Amino acid sequence: MQNHASRAATFLKDDARTDWHNNTLWHVRSKRDKLVHGIPEWESIRQLGSDIKDNVLSNLDTYLEQFVAKAEANGVIVHWAVDAKEHNEIVHGILARHKVDKIVKSKSMLTEECHLNEHLEKHGIEVVDTDLGERIIQLKKEPPSHIVMPAIHLKKEEIGELFHEHLGTEKGASDPQYLTEAARGHLREKFLSAKAAITGVNFAVAETGGVVVCTNEGNADMGVHLAPVQIHCMGIEKVIPRAEHLAVFTRLLGRSATGQPITIYTSHHHRPKVGGEMHIVLVDNGRTKQLGREDFRNSLKCIRCGACMNTCPIYRRSGGHSYDHTIPGPIGSILSPGKDLKKNKDLPFASTLCGSCSDVCPVKIDIHEQLYKWRQIVSEEGHLENVKSIPLAGAGAVLSRGGLYNFMGKAARTALKIAPRALIYNQFNAWGQSRELPEVPKNSFKEWYAKNRKDA
Amino acid sequence: MPTAKEHILARVRANKPADRPLPDMPTYDAEVDLDLPLFTEVIGGSKGKVMAMEDLPGYLATNFPDAKVIASTVPEIPGNIDLAAVKDPLELALVDIAVLRGRFAVAENGAIWVTEKEAVIRVLPFITQHLVLVIDGGVVPTMHEAYKSIDIAETGFGVFIAGPSKTADIEQSLVIGAHGPRSLGVVFV
Amino acid sequence: MTVALFIPCYIDQFYPKAGIATLELLEKYGCTVVFPREQTCCGQPLGNSGMEKEARPIYEHFVETFKSFDYVVCPSGSCVYQIRHHYEALEQTPDVVALRENTYELADFLVNVLGVTEVNASFPHRVGIHNSCHGLRGLRLGQGSERVGEAFSHYKYLLGMVDGIELVTLERSDECCGFGGTFAVNQPELSTKMGRDRIADHLAHDSEVITSGDMSCLMHMEGLIRREGKPLRVMHVAEILNSQKV
Repeated sequence: MQNHASRAATFLKDDARTDWHNNTLWHVRSKRDKLVHGIPEWESIRQLGSDIKDNVLSNLDTYLEQFVAKAEANGVIVHWAVDAKEHNEIVHGILARHKVDKIVKSKSMLTEECHLNEHLEKHGIEVVDTDLGERIIQLKKEPPSHIVMPAIHLKKEEIGELFHEHLGTEKGASDPQYLTEAARGHLREKFLSAKAAITGVNFAVAETGGVVVCTNEGNADMGVHLAPVQIHCMGIEKVIPRAEHLAVFTRLLGRSATGQPITIYTSHHHRPKVGGEMHIVLVDNGRTKQLGREDFRNSLKCIRCGACMNTCPIYRRSGGHSYDHTIPGPIGSILSPGKDLKKNKDLPFASTLCGSCSDVCPVKIDIHEQLYKWRQIVSEEGHLENVKSIPLAGAGAVLSRGGLYNFMGKAARTALKIAPRALIYNQFNAWGQSRELPEVPKNSFKEWYAKNRKDA
Repeated sequence: MPTAKEHILARVRANKPADRPLPDMPTYDAEVDLDLPLFTEVIGGSKGKVMAMEDLPGYLATNFPDAKVIASTVPEIPGNIDLAAVKDPLELALVDIAVLRGRFAVAENGAIWVTEKEAVIRVLPFITQHLVLVIDGGVVPTMHEAYKSIDIAETGFGVFIAGPSKTADIEQSLVIGAHGPRSLGVVFV
Repeated sequence: MTVALFIPCYIDQFYPKAGIATLELLEKYGCTVVFPREQTCCGQPLGNSGMEKEARPIYEHFVETFKSFDYVVCPSGSCVYQIRHHYEALEQTPDVVALRENTYELADFLVNVLGVTEVNASFPHRVGIHNSCHGLRGLRLGQGSERVGEAFSHYKYLLGMVDGIELVTLERSDECCGFGGTFAVNQPELSTKMGRDRIADHLAHDSEVITSGDMSCLMHMEGLIRREGKPLRVMHVAEILNSQKV
């Protein structure tokens, strides 16, 4: 059966490509470092971001009601969806009413989570993802491997090949400038002919009833300002209390995500354009359940910057697809077990608990602590694979008794000394395949101490 | 049967944690004198170019000699389309240069606040091949001052623009001109 | 000052010299060191594997063994992190609360309890510091590269006072080595790759020795170094701080 370990092992077979992937993402992490170290108050802004989100989670109902009342007063049509199915039906309903057969969509992890594209395509609607990275993976028929840089796992030569096939670019051409220009031309046609545009939402402001969408490419704005119908899909946790709080989150987001001082466009949508229609779809899809889990609720603070992926030494060397979840990497590994523990039971273990994710997180989510806590739940609910649990259960018995531990330790060291090398370094020994075991010393520390210190 | 709204709100109420206070928003000491040089440096890093109004005509003539359609709301640069007569945003598909007003700029990140009023038609600052923003409101140090000085709901749409459109989705190689403007000029008046 | 010495299980079994160096170092700084014979392990391998319930007897055994001491010192950031942080799973009796507060990682103890300002040691080699994740980000024994604030490192401070030592600046100052306890055997391919990358960083900057406050990271990297015949060796920080003056 495939799991993170086996998918990572497959990824790692191409060592040069693994290095490339690792270094590309480390470069993004380094850009982030350079910028945040220029802001002396950085840690206090992180704390503010975290505190504001704590307040949001503890008053989410009030803020949602306030947000919706304001939005409706602004002339926005608001919809509520309990789950992905309802969300997809609502969006399709809006499009069907307007007889829309072509839409453009900017990046939205929520619509990925809900598998909106498949749903709309099933109903004969052409969906074009307009973020360049999203368009690339849409043409390649792959899920995103990163929440901010969806095609980060692909090399320019592969994208050149893909564009040659779909957009008619020159064979063998792989210059990013040239390929981007080709996509610009191709997508401009789509923008000009779309009858509706869908976007994700970065922040929704309770005080004003507006939604904020951040992009670098300008694709979300091209979509919603040209198409008569604009639809913004958001998880309910995206609401923040007031406009002034946007200062905190816009300062955190761009720097954490890609190491830029702010995204090129930070767009605030409050009312439909003249002659247009504006919809907001609020989606639960498991979020209220997560809100009820004391140990895990603050995963809902996530602002989807992807910094935890860029810093994660595991993610960088295993790729986003190794997680087999819409949101990969450390944050995905604490969100996914809450959605389907059995399927995602391996993800909390896809970590050394190094804690770098928690320290880069702009809203201070204790990601590695939550990984540890999910491990306990995976074990309690009986999903731990035997290979992990059996030898360790024995260790519990040995290690809770000093005398037995001392005896077992000596026996093991003796065994290591006399065992033939083939027995220790075989294909079944996950340590010994690539690593030597430590050289076995004559005495343990305890034995040395007994011989050399009087009080022993 | 409860509506989706009632269902979700009921679940939030049942599952939410005890109240956590909203933190006070601090003020950070800003080095006010540095605002304009800092802005110029930061927007330069994002490939935007700051210039004086007297240099703008020359900048446009030199860099975009083939520009045919010019939309302008600034008297110094005459445009050749009547924005008031535009009925459908699609009519703007061929705009080469837009010269629009921006309200004010933010030093720390190069962002410029533009609302629907200045954009005239929402899509204009995005669909144009090249954009120039003429700012009469000066520079504020950080986003904290920025959000204090505006009402984000004053118009139906407002945007902070912090450079020309860009992408790095292919191998993290920076390409300017993704879907929106290929260049950004900034003039302070 | 009387301190109880806690020697982690893998140091006891495989790296007694790191334990001996720790003991001698503490004695050099005037501590009376007691080594409780009944000690075993902090229980981390089980806790990290999701078996905190099964680990509880080990936690309790640890508390029973060490509760009567003013200070417990251990040459491992990882084990100390387990005690300080994850022993919150136990009932917080006065013994448990005190023990969690008074259990120190060696360098932390030297710098913050003993206030060490001199190191009487000589080690004329190029040395690269491997920051263990639990020590750095768990116990904050230094400023991690992720965080904004004044740079500091207890290891750098102490090792910087050793005669003749040249501390190496690495490309990635605090990336994980990929040991991760049972991670090393559950995801051996990833673990190995991470370890190789750390070693390559040290080799690229001409380290002769990789040192760390955690022998477990070093055990993993040493396993790779020896298998691949790389010109590097590993030493616990205590061994360098305890090295004889020439």
